[in-house]
Amino acid sequence: MAVLAHAEAGEIAARLRAIPLPRHEDLRAPEHGLVMLRGRVGGDGAPFNLGEATVSRAAVRLASGEVGFGYTLGREPEKARLIALCDALVQSREFGSLVERDIIAPLREQLMTRRKQAAAETAATKVDFYTMVRGEG
Amino acid sequence: MYVAVKGGERAIENAHRLLADARRGDRSVPEVTLDQISEQLGLAVDRVMSEGSLYDRELAALAIKQARGDLIEAIFLVRAFRATLPRFGASEPVDTGAMRVQRRVSSTFKDIPGGQILGPTFDYTHRLLDPALAEGFVPEAPAVAEPSTAPTPRVTDILGRDGLIEPSPQAEAGDSVGDLTREPLNFPADRDLRLQNLARGDEGFLLAMGYSTQRGYGRNHPFAGEIRFGEVEVEFSAEDVGFAVPLGAIELTECQMVNQFKGSATEAPCFTRGYGLAFGQSERKTMSMALVDRALRARELGEEVRAPAQDEEFVMSHSDNVQATGFVEHLKLPHYVDFQSELGLLRKLRQEFAETNAPDALKEAAE
Repeated sequence: MAVLAHAEAGEIAARLRAIPLPRHEDLRAPEHGLVMLRGRVGGDGAPFNLGEATVSRAAVRLASGEVGFGYTLGREPEKARLIALCDALVQSREFGSLVERDIIAPLREQLMTRRKQAAAETAATKVDFYTMVRGEG
Repeated sequence: MYVAVKGGERAIENAHRLLADARRGDRSVPEVTLDQISEQLGLAVDRVMSEGSLYDRELAALAIKQARGDLIEAIFLVRAFRATLPRFGASEPVDTGAMRVQRRVSSTFKDIPGGQILGPTFDYTHRLLDPALAEGFVPEAPAVAEPSTAPTPRVTDILGRDGLIEPSPQAEAGDSVGDLTREPLNFPADRDLRLQNLARGDEGFLLAMGYSTQRGYGRNHPFAGEIRFGEVEVEFSAEDVGFAVPLGAIELTECQMVNQFKGSATEAPCFTRGYGLAFGQSERKTMSMALVDRALRARELGEEVRAPAQDEEFVMSHSDNVQATGFVEHLKLPHYVDFQSELGLLRKLRQEFAETNAPDALKEAAE
């Protein structure tokens, strides 16, 4: 589901349109609020409160009973609903592999491509130290 | 008086209308968009998110636009906005060791595992104004290289393996995490509350405080063990789901200061630490924060508390720029009644002064 949280709402919606969706209802109406983000003292010690982030959430139930939850950073209740819907679909026997193949897999590939590009640009700024060889005499 | 209030209302309304016009500026110049602020003034957005204590780039950009670029005003707007939203809970603590690093430098070790990575930095620029940027500048595409798959452990973890640096304090079972947005501040404050306070503290204030320790007011011999910037994943243990769900990624800057030793008859000497963490790319902020965090540990480390940066009540009570600007700026609001009573007192004192110091001839005449 991490892949969906990283995707744009429009991308998820566009891919969902290609799937004949079963009947479903909102179990929790999409809403946004805050989550306190925590760090750790020294990076690896006791937790402390760093500051909050806006977060959206939703829950969806398919007619066949599967319940999906959607959470994402930002004020995007509709994206949270789309994630919840995908989460519910992934659990269903009928749609599980279809959602994995047509929605999650291509979005994962896009995410990996973006990350690879960023990593390549970062790598070009890595310092290669070399020791100056002192001349003899 | 009623009439005066009505007059004030109209003036205020018109002043805000004038403000809106001044904010827009010359209407023949295109209006700045939130995307432009977020993409091209990204470090201002990072600062507003850090000190506004709310990670939301779009809101921070809106605040900067509304505040006409006054970042403290923008921080104020963001803080006011956050107070209107419900809180779902707290995230799992983020793992900065697993950061997708975009920049990572150490001034203590040349050859750190994973390497020194400069990333997008002002360091080593010549600080000469660039006229080419004035208009229509199209930057080259970034250079690329084969990314390394080597892990990038925190420098403090490497030092820690040999016991050369003190370990981070761990939470005791049942410890709750202090939250100064929920409980009023009491002194002495624990490290979790101090770090929360510093993380949302004013960059300029922390810079001056950190600088003061370097100049001798609470000296603690710092080295920038490591500064790293990049993306970390955020997870949230949602009650309804029953396990930690991914929320996405945020950008963070982390600074590990390595400071002079402590030791005792029973403990071998080791380096001490100061820690800085902030939203976005906020290097000056996190470095200053780490210096001040270390200075504020004076009592815990048995050092004499003599300098302002070591005084937690002084630092924590003055670091918040929303509180500070509120108290300073309230001086311009009407204080007519207060002032009238001061004026009355002053007139009385002046009269007494005049009577005491009047020339004798006048006094005699009066008598």
